[in-house]
Amino acid sequence: MSARIQNMGRFLNKNAPVTFTFNGQSLGGYRGDTLASALLANDRMLLGRSFKYHRPRGLVASGAEEPNALVNMGQGAGFEPNQRSTTTELFDGLTATSQNHWPSLNFDVGVVNNYAARFLPAGFYYKTFMFPRVAWKHLFEPVVRHSAGLGKPPKERDADRYEHFYFFTDVLVVGGGIAGLQAALAAASSGAKVLLIEQTAHWGGRAPVDGAEIGGKPAEDWVAETLVTLQGMENVTIRNRTMGAGVYDHGYALGYERITDHAPDTDAPRHRLWRIRAKQIITATGAIERSLSFAGNDIPGVMLASAVRDYLVNWGVAVGQRTVVVTNNDDAYRTAIALKQAGLEVPAIIDARPLVDGNLPNQARALGIEVREGRAIAKVKGGKRVTGVDICLQDGDGGAREEIKCDCVAMSGGWSPVVHLWSHCGGKLNWVEDQAHFAPDPNRPPTGADGQGFVLTAGIASGAMDTPEVLKDAHAAGKSAAKAAGYTPKRAGPPKARPTDEALMAPVWIMPAKATPDLKAKMWLDFQNDVKVSDVQLAAREGYESVEHTKRYTTLGMATDQGKLSNINGLAVLSDALGQPIPQTGTTTFRPPYTPISMGAIAGEARGDIFQPLRRTPMHDWHVEQGAYMEPVGQWRRPYCYPRGGETHAQAVAREVNNTRNNIGLLDASTLGKIIVKGPDAGRFLDMLYTNMMSSLKPGRCRYGLMCNENGFLMDDGVVARIDGDTFLCHTTSGGAEHIHAWMEEWLQTEWWDWKVYVANVTEQFAQVAVVGPNARKLLEKLGGMDVSKEALTFMGWADGTIGGFDARVCRISFSGELSYEIAVPASQGRAFWDALHAAGAEFGAMAYGTEALHIMRAEKGFIMIGDETDGTVIPQDLGLHWAISKKKEDFLGKRAQQRSHMTDPNRWKLVGLETLDGSVLPDGAYALAEGENANGQRNMQGRVTSTYHSPTLERGIALGLVLHGPDRMGEVIEFGLIDGTTVPAKIVDPVFYDKEGEKQNV
Amino acid sequence: MLILTCPYCGVSAEETELHAGGEAHLTRHATGASDDDLQSYLFYRKNPKGVHFERWRHSNGCGKWFHAARCTMTLEVFGTYSAQTTQPPADLIKKIKQKRPDWEGWT
Repeated sequence: MSARIQNMGRFLNKNAPVTFTFNGQSLGGYRGDTLASALLANDRMLLGRSFKYHRPRGLVASGAEEPNALVNMGQGAGFEPNQRSTTTELFDGLTATSQNHWPSLNFDVGVVNNYAARFLPAGFYYKTFMFPRVAWKHLFEPVVRHSAGLGKPPKERDADRYEHFYFFTDVLVVGGGIAGLQAALAAASSGAKVLLIEQTAHWGGRAPVDGAEIGGKPAEDWVAETLVTLQGMENVTIRNRTMGAGVYDHGYALGYERITDHAPDTDAPRHRLWRIRAKQIITATGAIERSLSFAGNDIPGVMLASAVRDYLVNWGVAVGQRTVVVTNNDDAYRTAIALKQAGLEVPAIIDARPLVDGNLPNQARALGIEVREGRAIAKVKGGKRVTGVDICLQDGDGGAREEIKCDCVAMSGGWSPVVHLWSHCGGKLNWVEDQAHFAPDPNRPPTGADGQGFVLTAGIASGAMDTPEVLKDAHAAGKSAAKAAGYTPKRAGPPKARPTDEALMAPVWIMPAKATPDLKAKMWLDFQNDVKVSDVQLAAREGYESVEHTKRYTTLGMATDQGKLSNINGLAVLSDALGQPIPQTGTTTFRPPYTPISMGAIAGEARGDIFQPLRRTPMHDWHVEQGAYMEPVGQWRRPYCYPRGGETHAQAVAREVNNTRNNIGLLDASTLGKIIVKGPDAGRFLDMLYTNMMSSLKPGRCRYGLMCNENGFLMDDGVVARIDGDTFLCHTTSGGAEHIHAWMEEWLQTEWWDWKVYVANVTEQFAQVAVVGPNARKLLEKLGGMDVSKEALTFMGWADGTIGGFDARVCRISFSGELSYEIAVPASQGRAFWDALHAAGAEFGAMAYGTEALHIMRAEKGFIMIGDETDGTVIPQDLGLHWAISKKKEDFLGKRAQQRSHMTDPNRWKLVGLETLDGSVLPDGAYALAEGENANGQRNMQGRVTSTYHSPTLERGIALGLVLHGPDRMGEVIEFGLIDGTTVPAKIVDPVFYDKEGEKQNV
Repeated sequence: MLILTCPYCGVSAEETELHAGGEAHLTRHATGASDDDLQSYLFYRKNPKGVHFERWRHSNGCGKWFHAARCTMTLEVFGTYSAQTTQPPADLIKKIKQKRPDWEGWT
């Protein structure tokens, strides 16, 4: 059993007991515990079920590398799945539940997968795709879907607050172990600005646990003193609970600070994302111990030797009462010694090396611990908890076993430097034969804007394994970073430390070396994704030679721990199966973040109302006051319709259309893009941008124009007004002002930079109102101030003047087919003008209308809408807009592309009107069916619906669409497919449904 | 996240201030262009592992387009310069050739 030990636990505050709940049961711990240590102290070994086989799983590690002990944290709006219990600090009232099991942790139905393991081999998912389709649909998909995914997504909106924080520094040091502290000290003593971050709540890393001595003192004392020194330096910023999540181009790095995870009642943001720019980055990220691959290495109670030691020293927890240590290196002896000294039993140390005679092994022997040289674990016994191990010769096949009873196995396969941050931005690695690990190659660092390296490593992260080396390496890194950042480091050297003289480790990738297949099928490499030695070997036999392919095929290292424990072991097994050295196999790519970070931290403050800027027209508040139903149009909000009383949206829209067609409608058109194009070459410039001729436009007149991109596709449309000889006002679509303005700037700056033209986006400088309907002129004449008569202001003309005392620019243009004036006034006058129009217009039936009425009226007239009739693949010729394409101009943007063979193909679908025979409304995007099927067995198509509405004017469904040879097929009836598999017949008609002669606007 | 110095306003701008505009120094093939030239202009782009000339716009800053010479592999920036030119400045080409003797040149 696992239990608390009195008088141990350097992180615990025994005066601060804490109560928490796991799977509904109330348990006790102390402040300073992690959820993992507190669960162990309560003899909770079984913490979850594995992903694929639902095998019982317990803790393996004590830190960020933990693959198994993921839990659901919190409830309701604070619920979060997949939280790592080893990095979750305990607080009073913490609520956690285990995950990935059904119906309960102790009794799980999915464990049948375990017995069917030979039917779930490497590449299982891919292999299921090769069965007949029916098997996938009815057999595999339901099973895979049920068992896929770890944890459950939260159902409620996240109640917590998050923020981003920008930080610029000379040197960033990631990792607060002795290497990070020494590197920070060496860099900071030069005067450089230093940021030091540590992912846990504690400083000093492993050195205090391992009993290191620095400067003649215990490491713990040296850490405390150094921390005080650093805190006293004005040029140093220090943050614990802040993980270095990623290193990116040109010295950019992300820090992930967990501010209140351990104290949720604090009034502060939960997480803070540090967006750091550093001239130099030092990664003092330490190393992670590797597991050993022996049969049953996933049974709860089998743990990393370093973790067993951590739980004992840091949290005063004995993982077991009888612990067998199994190792291929000297470091694991520290665990055996610590356990023995704490009064716990260590029946044997199983060492795979044939001869063991170092300082640490001899210390262990002196304590009376039996060291079994050249031995291996053949098999771990037990189900939900270790009960014993069978040992055998390492250099054998697992035969001739001998049993040792125990309730804990502490394993160590050696240490791998944490090279993630070094590698994120392109730092390269060397294989170090002595230690059987990959370490950063200082000659191939990630490079910055100046072509020089900007990342250094310090301590064990560099591959320095012994304390004096660690400090020396870290000191040198700190000095180098300061120098590269432009400072002069002090001459002082690193502190002295006691060497430990560890003997060499011996690589052990499979235990025992010649294990039989039944043993290999129980040797776990990736605990979280349930990948075994046999899976990787099978992948190699099936031809997966690239480590990246094997990773994806077997899912090795693809779980939320990203293979922190499994990757080196996995690629060693792969290399062995392929008969090639490990460096030739290489590693998979290290990608940020180092451990998962919350979505909330990534979003920061950008959520809810401040997710993006909200643009409001001067009349916005009026719309809201009237109860308008608003819809987003780019960053604008526009009224879709203004429901009155108990009106539905459809009823409101119909009323607005009918009133506009019969009386007068007022539209807030302020969002329409307005761009001034000015200069001696303005006409020449617009002739290049628009498909039609703009330079011939007379001052005082308006012209509708089309803009295409260089591929010939229609991108925007709008009315251009010529203000004077040098000045044009270009109207763009509501969502298009910014990108059309940028489009103009791009051509002026990068292609025709010698043309004398300026452009200015004045969209927000003006409020614009469309006054539309048979009574429009009466209203303007009542307000008075300028002549808006048929004779004075003809169709497609504009004039400046005053209306009701407001300075106004009046364009007589129409997007509805009615008599219509679009009137721009200074934005500051917009609301007053709008109110004046309503007040004066009451007697003529003036009523606001929204965007849906606008759309319906334009569709009734067959006017196209960018984004409905166009989708980036439509050219003006498809829409019957030949009249707006100049034949005289030698060149305009898109002209040459429109001459390409596919663009002139007579079989391109063309714009027509569509009327269902039964008057119903066609579904948006519905396709017109043609005879036969294509090569994929899908029905052939001959057209599609681009806009579709119920027309209140015509009291029937109308639609615009693109149809094969459409304009030549007037009157023909074609069938449109519905989602339910039926079809609806519709007649091809002229796209202008209403007032074909244009009599209504011509009054 | 690159940092590039805008040659117009002199600001060392974070990539979030900038808008990438693809390969620099394209020739616009339009009126009377052959299908091959048009295809090359519209669709074919260099994708070198090494020295590359790119268009950038200081979109959340002064709004100006400029050119940058950059190594796509090491992220070294050799320089930024005006967009109002049809070829990289001679001194920049010389600088790159000194740093990268094997470089085949910009065309």
